[in-house]
Amino acid sequence: MAYALQQLINGLTLGSMYGLIAIGYTMVYGIIGMINFAHGDIFMVSAFIAVTAFTLLAAADVSSIPLALTFVLIVSIFFTSAYGWAVERIAYRPLRGSTRLAPLISAIGMSIFLQNTVQLTQGARVKPIPPVIEGGFEVWSTPDFTVQVGWSQLLIIVITVIMMFAFTWLITQTPFGRQQRSCEQDRTMASLLGINVDRTISFTFMLGASLAAVAGVMVTVYYGVIDFYIGFLAGIKAFTAAVLGGIGSLPGAMLGGLLIGLIESFWSAYLWAEYKDVATFAILCLVLMLRPSGLLGRPEVEKV
Amino acid sequence: MSTVVFARHQVTATERFRDAGWVAFVALILGIPLIGLTTVDGGGALEVETRFGVLAIFVVVSFVGRLGLRWLIDTMGARKLERLRDDSNKSAGISPVKVVNILGWIALGASIALPIMYSDNRYVVDTATTVLIYVMLGWGLNVVVGLAGLLDLGYVAFYAVGAYSYALLSTQYGWGFWEALPVSGGLAATFGILLGYPILRLRGDYLAIVTLGFGEIIRIILVNWTEFSNGPNGISSIPRPSLFGLDFTRSPAEGEQTFASFFGIEYSPMHRLIFLYYLILVLALLTHAFVSRLRKLPIGRAWEALREDEIACQAMGMNTTNIKLSAFAIGAMLGGFAGMFFAARQGFISPESFTFTESAIILAIVVLGGMGSQMGVVLAATLLVLIPEFGRNFSEYRMLLFGAAMVLIMVWKPSGLLSHREPTLRLSRGGAAINDAVKEAAQ
Repeated sequence: MAYALQQLINGLTLGSMYGLIAIGYTMVYGIIGMINFAHGDIFMVSAFIAVTAFTLLAAADVSSIPLALTFVLIVSIFFTSAYGWAVERIAYRPLRGSTRLAPLISAIGMSIFLQNTVQLTQGARVKPIPPVIEGGFEVWSTPDFTVQVGWSQLLIIVITVIMMFAFTWLITQTPFGRQQRSCEQDRTMASLLGINVDRTISFTFMLGASLAAVAGVMVTVYYGVIDFYIGFLAGIKAFTAAVLGGIGSLPGAMLGGLLIGLIESFWSAYLWAEYKDVATFAILCLVLMLRPSGLLGRPEVEKV
Repeated sequence: MSTVVFARHQVTATERFRDAGWVAFVALILGIPLIGLTTVDGGGALEVETRFGVLAIFVVVSFVGRLGLRWLIDTMGARKLERLRDDSNKSAGISPVKVVNILGWIALGASIALPIMYSDNRYVVDTATTVLIYVMLGWGLNVVVGLAGLLDLGYVAFYAVGAYSYALLSTQYGWGFWEALPVSGGLAATFGILLGYPILRLRGDYLAIVTLGFGEIIRIILVNWTEFSNGPNGISSIPRPSLFGLDFTRSPAEGEQTFASFFGIEYSPMHRLIFLYYLILVLALLTHAFVSRLRKLPIGRAWEALREDEIACQAMGMNTTNIKLSAFAIGAMLGGFAGMFFAARQGFISPESFTFTESAIILAIVVLGGMGSQMGVVLAATLLVLIPEFGRNFSEYRMLLFGAAMVLIMVWKPSGLLSHREPTLRLSRGGAAINDAVKEAAQ
């Protein structure tokens, strides 16, 4: 029982990160209907930015953890959203309105490009940083097993909850959110009503990238080691999460992320750890067979 | 009454410079975290290193590059307008379909002649064989994506099934290449149906992610199920194919003859390479003939109809389940053949060769070539194999170039290099005559 609780906590931590990345996928899909394959690599870039920022802070002898975290988050969000913007501008905007597959291929190319850029400029070796947040507290202690929650885990869950609230507010209450949702429903109509569609799409990409940046900082804090290849698997998992929750649905993305995180940690704990990715995909197939539009997705209405 | 006026806003130098300045500014922001700063291992802990010189060069290059690109785009655009203004009525000369046909024959002649011309150049023959493997894979995937319009991101799974089935059959049970060929293809097709069946209801991007997942599942199983596939170490010493029982070895086995001794020529390791090249050429041409024939059969028509409109297909009483499954099965079978050839050619396979990147490259070949265009696949496969080869001298930049080329080609030609999409079926003259008759009757 205690062991299961520990897995629950680990799964939630992992799931929060997947969920944050998944939101980027789902938003982009909702607004321009394409799979942004480079999103996982944007997340990877943000993790590298975070490592550089943490190292800079260490060199400057900043010892206050909250200060350091805030600084790293801001820096990472700023640069990563610039990357999100640039990727959209270079690789996707010229292809808007062409076939559905063209932006997908361009995105795959962008993903390969980003991975290799980082490999070339930052080196192919793994980057370890000293633990930023250490320790934790015991929740429950039984004779066989002690359930521990690391401060970093708590931090990740708390930040994810805060981000979710902020994000929901942004989408439902602000003018930008209204524009974003209107573009999602009907881009032509939105542009007729005086909404700058190009700018809204750019903002969407930047927003998705900033959430990925938060996830990137968290991964750096949580695992303390990154390499240029982490974007691929994280991206695929997050996209799976987005599809699982129903692509285009924001709460669905978070739900899907948490589910994938939980499945992964429980599967690795009780069954075979090496087949945890198989489990993720198998469950995805199962869900899609039973509910083809995901858990919270709206079924597509087809008009003839 | 309206007239079209071709006019173009004249771009001033200030505007150009401002534009390039913006690009340089963005380049600076993007460059700071990745180019300007880097972390290096400084004895235990990471240390930050600055490379502002490289960053400055990057920014300047972006500025100049943007100026040049803008100028190029504007001049090209102006010239295009000029042409439009001049000849709105002139006919285009030879039709593009004919050009592509002629190109196809030239390519065929060149590919037959190539090993003769380069019979002592191992590198050229090897690279050409790789190109042909990708051409074959592209043609196989073209059935699924280009004709049936089903987006498959896990095509490499069938490639892996073909490769592993030959590797296991030959090393464990002593099967030869030719006996194993139908079995590998059949196994791959079975996997295609197995994958296809549960996901028939899915469409578009859901299908994409499930096929991607399937590809990864196969790879993970190959890595982890060590007793079956020897895990990440892969399977080595896979027997090479023989020509009607003639091996391509230096000395013949007991009571058998080698290729060299049978024809009474001196042994050369090039014989085998050239044989492999012709083998894949024949396989690829058979694939081409097979797919072109299929396109003219009812099933091929059904695929294209499905691609254009699934609901209309259902309304016409077509069995979409069978149509989709047959596309998956045939695509998978062709992938399996290619995989089998790959295993026989390399003599060694491991899960490393069947990653998602491989699927992405094959899909890129189909899409870059122009969906459904057979010649386009050849062109795109040649380009995508040769671009990294040219980059071999500065090998770290190979994949970087590859990714950039994918983006640039797509942005430049969004519908593919040869995107001439002709309806395979059109109204015959008889149909037109009926049309005229109807019109006359109406008057």
